[in-house]
Amino acid sequence: MSTTFTINGVRQTVDVDPAKPLLWVIREQLALTGTKFGCGIAQCGACTVHIDGQAMRSCVTPISAVEGREVTTIEGLGSAPDGLHPLQQAWIEHQVPQCGYCQSGQLMSAAALLASNPAPSDEDIDNAMQGNVCRCGMYGRIRSAIKSVSVADAGSEQLYYNVAGVDHG
Amino acid sequence: MGKWTRRAFITSGIVAGGGLVIGVAMRPGNQARRISEVIGDEGGQLVHSYVKIDSDNVITAIVPHSEMGQGVLTTLGQMLAEELDADWDNLRVEEAPAIGEYAHYALGRGYLFAGTEFPDIIVPSIDGMMMRVADSLDMQITGGSMSVRVTGVMGMQVAGAATRQMLVEAASRAWDVDQAEITTEASHLIHAQSGRRAPYAEFAATVAEMTPSYTPTLKDPQDYKIVGTHKPRRDIPAKVDGSVQFALDVRVPNMLYATVVRAPVFGGTVADFDDQAARAIEGVVDVVVLPAASANTMVGGFNVGETIAVVADSYWSAKRGVDALSVNWNDGDYVAGSSDAIFAQFDRDITANEGKEHDIDQGDTGSAFESAAQLIEADYYVPYLAHSCMEPMNATADVRADRAEIWVGCQNPLGFRRMVADFIGLDSENVTLHNHAMGGGFGRKAVPDYAIQAAQLSQAINRPVQLIWSREEDVRQDFYRPAVQSRFRGALDEQGNLLAWENTYVNKNEPVEAPLIPYAVPAQDIGYVSSPTHVPFGAWRSVDHSQHGFFTESFIDEAAHAAGRDPYEYRAELLGEHPRHLAVLRKAAEEANWSQALGTGRGRGISLQESFGSLVAQVVEVTVSDGEVSVDRVVAVIDPGLAIAPDGIAAQLESGIIYGLTAALHGEITIENGAVVQSNFHDYKAVRMNEAPEIETHVINSGHAIGGAGEPGTPGIGPALANAIYAATGTRIRRLPLGNFNLNYGVEDTGAVG
Repeated sequence: MSTTFTINGVRQTVDVDPAKPLLWVIREQLALTGTKFGCGIAQCGACTVHIDGQAMRSCVTPISAVEGREVTTIEGLGSAPDGLHPLQQAWIEHQVPQCGYCQSGQLMSAAALLASNPAPSDEDIDNAMQGNVCRCGMYGRIRSAIKSVSVADAGSEQLYYNVAGVDHG
Repeated sequence: MGKWTRRAFITSGIVAGGGLVIGVAMRPGNQARRISEVIGDEGGQLVHSYVKIDSDNVITAIVPHSEMGQGVLTTLGQMLAEELDADWDNLRVEEAPAIGEYAHYALGRGYLFAGTEFPDIIVPSIDGMMMRVADSLDMQITGGSMSVRVTGVMGMQVAGAATRQMLVEAASRAWDVDQAEITTEASHLIHAQSGRRAPYAEFAATVAEMTPSYTPTLKDPQDYKIVGTHKPRRDIPAKVDGSVQFALDVRVPNMLYATVVRAPVFGGTVADFDDQAARAIEGVVDVVVLPAASANTMVGGFNVGETIAVVADSYWSAKRGVDALSVNWNDGDYVAGSSDAIFAQFDRDITANEGKEHDIDQGDTGSAFESAAQLIEADYYVPYLAHSCMEPMNATADVRADRAEIWVGCQNPLGFRRMVADFIGLDSENVTLHNHAMGGGFGRKAVPDYAIQAAQLSQAINRPVQLIWSREEDVRQDFYRPAVQSRFRGALDEQGNLLAWENTYVNKNEPVEAPLIPYAVPAQDIGYVSSPTHVPFGAWRSVDHSQHGFFTESFIDEAAHAAGRDPYEYRAELLGEHPRHLAVLRKAAEEANWSQALGTGRGRGISLQESFGSLVAQVVEVTVSDGEVSVDRVVAVIDPGLAIAPDGIAAQLESGIIYGLTAALHGEITIENGAVVQSNFHDYKAVRMNEAPEIETHVINSGHAIGGAGEPGTPGIGPALANAIYAATGTRIRRLPLGNFNLNYGVEDTGAVG
């Protein structure tokens, strides 16, 4: 059975079991390996992608659920071919990643947060990010990096012109 | 083994690894050619086993350690670049390939002769012996917080300085000027008087024919320009755009996927099983039984039970296949098959106190306890812990009749290669191991069981296969941080001074000094009794310090409170002989405003722990309300001797603290019926964003020998937290994790939990 959806701005049709989780379609069929497997039960956030702009755990999302929808992965988070999302730049400036394995998921959760809430409070950050485990424990740096690109800090909304869910065309 | 001479190094073929410490050059005609073939390329000149200079003057530092998030490639690159006066912007850093020439004989030396200073004259023979030892043990290990303080200090700095010295010598000959008149800067040689300036590459070929000095002159740390400054980590850009390649991301043509379930009781076997339902699942290709396996190695020994693997066209199909198996297992042998029984056994063995082995036995503890004005006693307990690296265990293997390739993320590439080769019946030389960035290691990825499974599977099905463990398998088939019980008695005089410190715990591992205390207590009796269990041992970030840091730094706090003294001041007064310890402790207290009182329901706790050559003091602030603990702030001070990468050491402290905080708040692996109860992040919890405290780090560069960074942050958070809870509530925590207790403020104002 086939499912058609848009991923990182490109329409794709895949012919797989409709129950197969989006995570494994992304990694195995579409060869986009930036999205990670961590737990398989939506408990760690390593597999987070955007579905129509919302942060979702792809390890428990059956492929049939994204029929006709827009999926964005870490590979599609940036704006131009070489461009980085402001959060990705902030991640580098704050030297956030250690092992890096959870960071695709962290970035996707953070980008979805800022898309809906450009000036999140600490509590907003706690709520939006607590689904993402980082065993290297870089939570303080993640928080600082998010704040550094929040509207409250940067004083500019144009940083968010390309958050997930927007057509990358 | 005969005497090793300098000539022997150069001609014996041990030359290449010899570069590590004594800096032997790569020259045609010896086995160094092997290294050149693997890492060399067109136009590049390998002048040292750790240094490659390309014709375009790009310098590559070749680092024999694995990246698991600690920034080791950048940090060791800084150490080499500093002594070499290399242009940082045109310096690349690569992980060394898994070939014998990169065995860590320097690391072996660190393990076996830790802290020993040798006179120069015998250095070559010890180095030669260690090279042999390391090679035969297949050591290429990243662990023990050793990378910077052993490979960095003994290898990278010496290699950089020796190479620079040879470059200067080569230029002085070519230019016919005094070596003293030549300076170096940004990968260039400069002769100011004549206005000459040449890139290092111009002399690389000449240098490759020279013999480096054993003992080149190293820089005065005051002259450092690269070491000690902030250099952004080289591995980070690829970790924000999803392009970094973990082993899980490897794609080999014609590859299948597999997942496994191993006998749930450690060491168990398959009695019988029905795989009909599994084979009926679409995409499932095969079901394979993998034999029980064991190996005894200096590091990474293991003994694991029988395993059933399902091979499929997708991980998802393979996982459904494993879930559909119906298996009857024969349990492995065990005496105490539950956590309760294991702790009962510990208690029995400590009480029996038979065959106590001493870590220290000084002074007259017997008469101290007889004459004591006050006696304090306590038993402490910590549970088993899993590592739960974010990246589940995985490996990809392509095994052919006469050779094999394996792709894996591991902490010991050479050891893994040897083990894989042994288990599939090939020579190591015919196994190529590609090591990848690890999604966490923490000690788990030093044990090769998962790589062996992948190779056995590929051999069985005659196709490349990527084996991915489920998180459930990862939690239940780990090599665990051991559970420990530790019993204390303290004797105090009328003034509250500690006269004697008696401590008996179960089961000793590494490092040997973990249970020792820095405090001036005249009589000390510290040691252990053996109380073996069937739960497999694993090195877990900071190893024995992770338990004993909690025990000793809690009990000294108990002594301070029993004496009616401030816990910081009480410690400080007992550190008269340890000015470094005192400086670290004092700095932490000052930065945390120790003397400033906190409000009701709040408290501060302090801890001090020396581990892996570094000193760390921590002050934790908590709020306890309605029985819930909130960890508000952590102030951590480290004296690593010298911080090579200041932001890197801050990041390691932050990381080590959160790792230890997870253990203190939530970490618990329990055993029932011989097997692990927990299975995934819902019941083996990790600290998350909403629980993460504000962490403030401070570094003291004392100028002492360089210490480790990866582990020293972990041991001190648990005791500082427990001590803070005592300050806030009067409840003494003697058993981790905290999550098992409801700390209702004021209810147990003098009681102990545990």
